[in-house]
Amino acid sequence: MSASAATVLSASTDLRFRYAVHLGDTSLILAQRLGEWVGHAPALEEDLALANIALDLLGQARYLLSYAGEIEGKGRTEDDLAFLRDPSDFTNLALVEQPNVDFGHTIVRQFLIDAWQLELFECLQGSSEPRLAELAAKALKETRYHYRFSSGWMVRLGDGTEESHKRVQDGLDSLWKFTSEFFAPGAVDEEAAAAGLGPDPASLRAAWAANVEQVLTEATLKKPADVSYRWFGKRNQHSEHLSHLLAEMQFMQRTYPGVQW
Amino acid sequence: MYTQGLDSLGADCLHQATDAVTLEQRFQSKVDEDERIEPKDWMPDAYRQTLIRQISQHAHSEIVGMLPEGNWITRAPSLRRKAVLIAKVQDEGGHGMYLYSAAETLGISRDELLEQLLAGTAKYSSIFNYPTPTWADVGAIGWLVDGAAIMNQIPICRCSYGPYARAMVRICKEESFHQRQGFEIMMTLARGTPEQHRMAQDALNRWWWPSIMMFGPNDATSKHTAQSMRWKIKRFSNDELRQKFIDITVPQAEFLGLKVPDPDLRWDEATQHYIHGPIDWKEFEEVLKGNGPCNRERLETRRRAHDDGRWVREAALAHAEKQRARETQAA
Amino acid sequence: MSQQRKQWPLYEVFIRARSGLEHKHVGSIHAVDARQAVEHARDLYTRRQEGVSIWVVRSSDITASDPGDAEALFEPAKDKIYRHPTFYSIPDEVKNL
Repeated sequence: MSASAATVLSASTDLRFRYAVHLGDTSLILAQRLGEWVGHAPALEEDLALANIALDLLGQARYLLSYAGEIEGKGRTEDDLAFLRDPSDFTNLALVEQPNVDFGHTIVRQFLIDAWQLELFECLQGSSEPRLAELAAKALKETRYHYRFSSGWMVRLGDGTEESHKRVQDGLDSLWKFTSEFFAPGAVDEEAAAAGLGPDPASLRAAWAANVEQVLTEATLKKPADVSYRWFGKRNQHSEHLSHLLAEMQFMQRTYPGVQW
Repeated sequence: MYTQGLDSLGADCLHQATDAVTLEQRFQSKVDEDERIEPKDWMPDAYRQTLIRQISQHAHSEIVGMLPEGNWITRAPSLRRKAVLIAKVQDEGGHGMYLYSAAETLGISRDELLEQLLAGTAKYSSIFNYPTPTWADVGAIGWLVDGAAIMNQIPICRCSYGPYARAMVRICKEESFHQRQGFEIMMTLARGTPEQHRMAQDALNRWWWPSIMMFGPNDATSKHTAQSMRWKIKRFSNDELRQKFIDITVPQAEFLGLKVPDPDLRWDEATQHYIHGPIDWKEFEEVLKGNGPCNRERLETRRRAHDDGRWVREAALAHAEKQRARETQAA
Repeated sequence: MSQQRKQWPLYEVFIRARSGLEHKHVGSIHAVDARQAVEHARDLYTRRQEGVSIWVVRSSDITASDPGDAEALFEPAKDKIYRHPTFYSIPDEVKNL
């Protein structure tokens, strides 16, 4: 990613807004999913761990959505963007809206996204937009810990008991298709890359795949075959789960519009 | 910690000391002099059992207490409130862990304690058997329930059992934000739209009496008070603490412009205390017996989390064993 | 075996609050191995920046003195007051001692 003067100029306000929303939505929706675990985790230690990760992600989302609202200049706050947009306006990666199912699925989802965010935030530190670079530096530290947590559990579950192996392999098999979106062109992240705002999505693939493969090997898990899956959250194409998730998350703001809480 | 040392000490100590009566006297004089009892010290069995009961009830209350508020994590009305609520519910889990950890120093494992909770043989604070139908309940719990809890807990920071006292110091320090965030929510609602104000008043109506009952039965009917005071694992009576709570909280309700749902409540110049109306102890006993609005749901939720998580806990152990075996082989 | 399997082992946790201070015992944690114990300790005991370094040790690996021996172990030091600086009387006008 190069940030020459020409590319900086081409990062329009609209593009910066859409890119920040895309990144913010991904962190927000994942935080919302992790929040569902608090009080219900397999051990108290994991209640605390999942809550910590949820809080990190929520912090990222708030930063990004506040920033998006600011540069948009229409007075929209982080809450307006989180609670008053329709599902079709969200551009989070579709993986993060997938339901928790069980701890195995949750860990697979977390691991796949952590490995991606690791590369994303590493590169985003060089963004032509200082606010995004600043966010990336902070988020990278958080993500390193998330990755440590999720990769640790991938190995424990994959190379644990027969049951845990089966469950986590199931999770991997059903969620794998959503990873093709991470690196696919034709959406806001590609535009952002062209403008020097963020990394080219395709460029993150090699390092991501290397990390993932290494952990899967250690976890004695089989990497699923790549499938051609082309419904991308970042292009506003969501699974049925997102509208349910938002109905719950947005309930208060939708029921009592324009009220301070 | 130190649990492995417990088996040996009975024989050793008894051998040296003249008899159990002397040990007990020595123990009591240590307590009287405000010295702390530590895990490996000799202690009367009844003291140990009472502490296990009290600390584990307290721990269970924290863990079950995650549920009524956790109910609102996914629906918190702003991102700020959501973050605060996650952090708060997480703190409660953490406090449960501090307390289980203190109980474990007395020679019982956390798993045993959790089994007692899930089997329904251990108690936890009845207040968590009430539902949280509206957002205002999150505010009311922080303000009233945490307020009452803090009132109960501060004296325990000086209790005679070291690990319990230390856990409580940590908990009280962390909990000071809980009550403040609850009051802040109530204040926002009370000063908001008429609808929000109604929501706040309704929550106060539902949480006031259960909070008052959190301090336990009247002193006259309380079973454990006298002995626990002598052992300094309880330092004020139920009624003293209840009075203190009411005296502090009523002016806060007035500040919010909310009405405490007690028609008999009045300020008494002579004693400089509020006098409250009769407490419906029948309700207290019913909820304690398991007939509260959410008793069944709360335990079922905990049980489900425990059962659904079994394969995860076992897998982690199995993996660790495999790793150790590999390391031994490699060495 | 199944009995042993049930519970995650107990670890004692020691935290260094900031560099320059010693690690201090803060409590215990359950975990399947040392690596996880460090992570669990981090999640529980450093939520408010309470530390810059963590030690964990299996609780069963700690050897503690027996309270029954306390008199034999610690009382003999009681009368050795000459180990403390206040035992020695030096005239006030002598400085830097």
